[in-house]
Amino acid sequence: MIINFLSRLGAATRNELSEIGAGATLFLQLLARLGTALRRFRLTSDQVFFLGNHSLSIIGVSGLFVGFVLALQGYYTLQRYGSAEAVGLLVALSLVRELGPVVTALLFAGRAGTSLTAEIGLMKAGEQLTAMEMMAVDPLRRVLAPRFLGGIIAMPLLAGVFSAVGIIGGWLVAVPLIGIDAGAFWSQMQGGVDVFADVGNGVVKSFVFGVTVTFVALLQGWSCKPTPEGVSQATTRTVVVSSLAVLALDFVLTAMMFSI
Amino acid sequence: MENSNKHDAWVGFFVLLGAAALLFLALKAGNLLSLNFDATYTVQARFDNIGGLKPHAAVKSAGVVVGRVESIVFDDKIFQARVTINLNKTVAFPKDSTAKILTAGLLGEQYIGLEPGADEKNLVAGDTIKQTQSAVVLENLIGQFLNSKAADMGTSASSGTTTGNSGSKP
Repeated sequence: MIINFLSRLGAATRNELSEIGAGATLFLQLLARLGTALRRFRLTSDQVFFLGNHSLSIIGVSGLFVGFVLALQGYYTLQRYGSAEAVGLLVALSLVRELGPVVTALLFAGRAGTSLTAEIGLMKAGEQLTAMEMMAVDPLRRVLAPRFLGGIIAMPLLAGVFSAVGIIGGWLVAVPLIGIDAGAFWSQMQGGVDVFADVGNGVVKSFVFGVTVTFVALLQGWSCKPTPEGVSQATTRTVVVSSLAVLALDFVLTAMMFSI
Repeated sequence: MENSNKHDAWVGFFVLLGAAALLFLALKAGNLLSLNFDATYTVQARFDNIGGLKPHAAVKSAGVVVGRVESIVFDDKIFQARVTINLNKTVAFPKDSTAKILTAGLLGEQYIGLEPGADEKNLVAGDTIKQTQSAVVLENLIGQFLNSKAADMGTSASSGTTTGNSGSKP
């Protein structure tokens, strides 16, 4: 009875540890192959096209509406204190620091991460990856590394587009719709947003999230069960794991960057 | 080949768009244009109380920004706050200028106001501004107000005839 329990606990621990180990190994292997992905940039740029350009529409529209809502909600609260002009600052700071990187990463996980997982999982299920190895083509180098680099390149750019479109959306609601003075809107924003402390840290965040989401998607595809069921489970896990990882990492990064 | 050329153009467009968005954030939302890369010189000022002054706060004279607060430390030799100020090289102030900690608006952020004195020599790097005026602390103001009010009450109660309900009489 007790032996049984102990052995199950031991097996579970060993499984967890070997999964962590496999993930870390894959991460290091991908990092080591980034140079090749840079040299054969044609493969990477195809991935940037697939992950970045195709995500532009969803990112742009989401950013616009997030900006709208932020400006409306911010206005209702701020006008009670007679500082409705600060709505520009509120929209810009919340987008640049938090919402831009985080919401983009969540959308990116749903839009691009799932398709990466499904693609690699199906390649694995169809034994295409094994076939590549048989032909002495390293699938990590040929398939995974360009996708990894493509995701890392696309994510900060997408987050920048999200924040910029969101600020324009906030402007649309605040200035033409509500009637806040345009000069006060922009000058409050410029007075409160610091290029390096706010915009720069936002870019750093989105870069970290890009690495996280792309890596989780690739790992799930790479280590999934080569069955239709396994691929579908891996796709679900990609969304769950990368969203949780992004939210938890965001807290850690915010605590490190803005806690002074 | 044709197809991948088209891809390349779209990727280039995407990268340009992302770069433009970041540039927009830096220029329009951030304050890259107002960042100061001018040469500065450093002077110090000692305050009894800095209130809510923070590093990077503006230093203004006649309402125009002429410098920035670099750092604020507590000096336990004199029990005062030592504020290091970077002033633009292009502006010179007399040695007996006054530094005051002021507040923008009623609840706005605090900045240092510099009022020029009449000395013929100017401040140079490493100098200390002698005349300073601390930040107004709301609690102290309220305390003073209450004290003066209590004193008024005390005199009016002793001159009056009704029952002094407060312990104003010794």
